Amino acid sequence: MIPAAFDYVRAGSAEEAVSLIAEHGEDAKFLAGGHSLLPLMKLRLAQPTVLIDIGRVNDLSYVRDGGDHVAIGALTRHMDVETSDVLREHAPLLAHAASHVGDPQVRHRGTIGGSIAHADPASDLPAATLALGATYVVQGPNGTREIAAADFYEGFLTTSMAADEMLTEIRVPKMGGAGWGFQKFNRRAQDWAIVGVAAWRRNGDAGVALVNMGSVPILASSVASALAGGASIDDAAEQAAAEADPQADLNASVEYRIHLAKVLTRRALEAASG
Amino acid sequence: MEISVTVNGATHTSDVEPRTLLVHYVREHLGLTGTNVGCDTSSCGACSLHLDGEAVKSCTVLAVQADGTEITTIEGMAAADGTLHPMQQAFMENHGLQCGYCTPGMVMAATSLLQENPSPTEEDIRLGLEGNLCRCTGYHNIVQAVMACAAAPTA
Ligand SMILES: Cc1cc2nc3c(=O)[nH]c(=O)nc-3n(C[C@H](O)[C@H](O)[C@H](O)COP(=O)(O)OP(=O)(O)OC[C@H]3O[C@@H](n4cnc5c(N)ncnc54)[C@H](O)[C@@H]3O)c2cc1C
Ligand code: FES
Ligand code: FES
Repeated sequence: MIPAAFDYVRAGSAEEAVSLIAEHGEDAKFLAGGHSLLPLMKLRLAQPTVLIDIGRVNDLSYVRDGGDHVAIGALTRHMDVETSDVLREHAPLLAHAASHVGDPQVRHRGTIGGSIAHADPASDLPAATLALGATYVVQGPNGTREIAAADFYEGFLTTSMAADEMLTEIRVPKMGGAGWGFQKFNRRAQDWAIVGVAAWRRNGDAGVALVNMGSVPILASSVASALAGGASIDDAAEQAAAEADPQADLNASVEYRIHLAKVLTRRALEAASG
Repeated sequence: MEISVTVNGATHTSDVEPRTLLVHYVREHLGLTGTNVGCDTSSCGACSLHLDGEAVKSCTVLAVQADGTEITTIEGMAAADGTLHPMQQAFMENHGLQCGYCTPGMVMAATSLLQENPSPTEEDIRLGLEGNLCRCTGYHNIVQAVMACAAAPTA
């Protein structure tokens, strides 16, 4: 399988990438690690006419301690998120979630920014960063703006980023020693989650987000408020699907997904409380 | 578009279409057919090679993305005099292959794994090779081979 023909340009910086996408218009697409886009192009489910390769914008590959948060460059590869000492110390939930993306070869190429920008509800990092209350920094022709993760995902593979904007940084609040759990349920090694849950807990606060339980990653606010109201883990987990809108597919019916969301939320909260 | 890549130590400059996949570049432009295509959908790992020292699935990388990089394929693993790479030797001694179709990708993934984790547990090896499918061996002897290679003083 070979993608349809396209023109290829390489950007050396975020500024250049943003001006190239403005110049080439709506059939142009950014290429980061290519591990979501190229499979779609090989199947001809995507046929961009121009690819703007941002894979060499090396100054957007970093993990930095930002004081109250950890700042991660959009071009940071999954393998570097997984093994970052700063993330392992201050946002271990995210480092752990990254270690569950695909397989090592995929993690050597795929980037956190590509995963978030692609906004696949079955992906692990959109939900993990949503649970953690992350902020995404995007750069457009008129400068940069910040979008809360909770305001970012608008629909299946659709975000509130404009077509001429590029995701440049992910800011994750430090977890401050919060307990956490990450549950990914699949049938075979390397598979995507049938359902996944990312959760953390610290004193009365909690954050829970669901993978593959709707057309966007789902923030399970009802679980967090139940816990804040003093509910037990078992009772709070019963609320797991309150915000979800799961679809049936080859792997799971709607009922089964809802069941999994509750069970996995309970397990994730138990891990977070342990 | 013109690209320049160093493959198994030799530098090649080639004119490729942007849509040329790295695996096709290596197999068809360079004639290095040791790198196999199994699934063509990023799943099986048969096409694994090293890009700047790390295993990647070359059916999911464009040749233009590899411009300026160093690539090692299975053909670059043995020494010039034909002495097998310790991982190849370990696969042979432990019967880590049957039909051999997955083997180039397995060897490339396994050597990349040992670079990142020189003393893996059996569990680490099974997880580290989760992107490589084998339809013959049942994996047992592949895992044994990687463990043997990790334990060998020469590895
Ligand atoms: C075999 C396989 C298994 C996988 N398994 C999993 C899994 O279990 N869990 C999981 O979460 N993911 C999985 N993935 C997907 C993987 O995480 C991808 O790497 C990731 O989703 C996309 O990142 P990328 O850098 O490769 O993006 P690309 O494919 O390069 O880009 C994806 C999309 O985002 C856009 N884009 C990329 N970067 C930016 C940016 N900075 N700003 C704006 N737009 C941008 C592109 O234009 C494109 O539309 C798997 C992929 C494969 C091939
Ligand atoms: S051929 Fe590339 S992963 Fe199967
Ligand atoms: S030896 Fe036949 S596929 Fe692995």
